[in-house]
Amino acid sequence: MTTIEDVHRSDVRRGTPSAAVVEARNLGRDYKFGEESIHALKGVTFDVGEKDYVAVVGPSGCGKSTLLNLLGVVDSPSQGTVRIRGHDVGSMRDREATSFRLHNIGFVFQRFYLMPTLSALENIELPMAEAGKKKGERVARGRELLAYVGLGHRERHRPSQLSGGEQQRVAIARALANNPAILLADEPTGELDAKTGGEVISLFERLNGDGTTIIVVTHDEVLARAAHRRIHMRDGSIVDE
Amino acid sequence: MRFALAWSSLRRHTTRTLLATLGVAVAAAMLLDMVMMSTGMRESFRELLLSRGFQLRLAPKGTLPFDTDATIKNTSGILTILRTNPAITTVSPVLGGTIQIPRGNRVVTSSALGINPLVQGDYELLAGKDPLADDAIVGNDDFLKATGARIGDTLDIASGYDPELRTYAASRKMVLTGRVRFLYGAADQLATAMRLGTLQQLSGTEHANDASLFMIRIRNDSEVEGVRRWTERMIPGVSGISTATALVQVDQRLSYFRQLAVILGSVSLFVGFLLVTTLVTVSVNERIGEITVMRALGVSRSHIVQQIVMEATALMITGSIAGLGLGLATGHYLNAILSSFPGLPVAINFFLFQPSSAWTALGLLALSGIAAGVYPSFRAASLPIATTLRQDAIA
Ligand SMILES: Nc1ncnc2c1ncn2[C@@H]1O[C@H](COP(=O)(O)OP(=O)(O)OP(=O)(O)O)[C@@H](O)[C@H]1O
Ligand SMILES: [Mg+2]
Repeated sequence: MTTIEDVHRSDVRRGTPSAAVVEARNLGRDYKFGEESIHALKGVTFDVGEKDYVAVVGPSGCGKSTLLNLLGVVDSPSQGTVRIRGHDVGSMRDREATSFRLHNIGFVFQRFYLMPTLSALENIELPMAEAGKKKGERVARGRELLAYVGLGHRERHRPSQLSGGEQQRVAIARALANNPAILLADEPTGELDAKTGGEVISLFERLNGDGTTIIVVTHDEVLARAAHRRIHMRDGSIVDE
Repeated sequence: MRFALAWSSLRRHTTRTLLATLGVAVAAAMLLDMVMMSTGMRESFRELLLSRGFQLRLAPKGTLPFDTDATIKNTSGILTILRTNPAITTVSPVLGGTIQIPRGNRVVTSSALGINPLVQGDYELLAGKDPLADDAIVGNDDFLKATGARIGDTLDIASGYDPELRTYAASRKMVLTGRVRFLYGAADQLATAMRLGTLQQLSGTEHANDASLFMIRIRNDSEVEGVRRWTERMIPGVSGISTATALVQVDQRLSYFRQLAVILGSVSLFVGFLLVTTLVTVSVNERIGEITVMRALGVSRSHIVQQIVMEATALMITGSIAGLGLGLATGHYLNAILSSFPGLPVAINFFLFQPSSAWTALGLLALSGIAAGVYPSFRAASLPIATTLRQDAIA
């Protein structure tokens, strides 16, 4: 079995040294609707440390996805700041934010979102190609990651030839391709049944055990219990830890 | 990787890609034909006029060669004048006329050119010999077919037929010495050539020293305009037509064709552009989710645009190459139809292939392919990521 030492082999730590990987301070996000505005997120403050495994839980519409999008640098806060590895990501412009995502954020979506025309291996190669890695290096690391998620024998298969659980494991491997600082997942088991969801949950546990920092948004009780920390949200605020 | 993505997304909808390629090919073929037509006729005329190296023609004042029945008098006097100019290397006088050849109980009518066989620039000898002797005549294939004559046969050649009296003004026996092709001949036209003196005699006493046209070779191209002005000054009653001035006239007469070509060419370019823009827009809209996910993973805007422009350009280039073949084939076919256009020499090509016109057409199409890809892809790559993913998840 491939170990996380292999997976993190080429990892280079970036940014200013800090105990916390993620520092959210007084985060707010408003959505404007003509005159009115919805405060989807209000005064959210928390830290996530190195090798933490955090689950964000709460009722539908409480702002979990909104928070994760801010941490993933695909959205900008209306108030407050987010620092990831010491970088103020909330104020980044598109070009900088894109490059930051490529090198520091691993995203896992509820609906997997693999490129349908690419094979499992090519899907994992995609972020590495964007980062300018050579073909040989991409293939070697892609195979390593596929083996790590237990799909070493499926590298040439397209997403349509894989089950939902398998697609999600390929998507997790893709998220790890460039050694991100954090792995973010929004309802990663939302489209899966208990058994295949269970495979994803144990993969997360193994990843965290091998040193990956994970933040997961979920309604899934089993997944939430597997995390080491749970952040409870209601109406755009953190109500309990 | 970008290339692999572009290629795989084109292959995802094979039928659509093929249909679009075919559409581009048709537009490209049309565009190429129009570009070929707008430059081809002129170029083809120029080549024809210069094919025997005669850069200057003298015609009766105010006319174009063989446009009317008017003739130039005093040929021998004019030849003497022309020979005094050291810039002139060759003078070839030509008289046009009509002859009749009684064959059994029917009469074949043919056009005839009186020429100097040593310096003529009107025909190409295919078989036999030039009409060097006074009683020698050469004819084209249509003439040989219509008369049933063969090389070596003796023919009765008459002229000046009077339909009321059913008599000829002149007639003589002549020997068919050669089979020729006339450079300026129109389709299905019976044509012969003989010595200038012979045709002058056949044409009657009042035409005994006439010519319809003088073709002149000049030592240097740079002297043509000077010689042209000199001839008009020295010889009243003639117009000097250089290749350049002839082309101006040709241009005027062909301007309708060219305008048509420009309009239809622009339309086909626009149609090709619209086709690819539509296709790319549809395929981008269908992949908004994928594109946004790539953006979320850290793929830059410019790389997304590059990938989609690559797709559009690939469609345009494949279509254009197919269109090149299609355009050449249709151009060839149309040329065959138009070669029997009344009053125009068969040798004129309406659709003349010139590599530069192919590159112009292909270049325009490739450019429009790039233009077709840029806007939809840039728009898709600029959508807000979080909101778009959310909408895509709901859809
Ligand atoms: N792009 C948007 N425009 C307007 N309102 C939005 C937008 N995105 C989110 N919201 C609103 O913000 C609030 C929080 O939404 P969010 O998606 O973060 O909730 P959630 O906790 O992820 O819910 P769920 O568990 O159902 O996924 C909701 O009221 C939602 O309607
Ligand atoms: Mg959500």
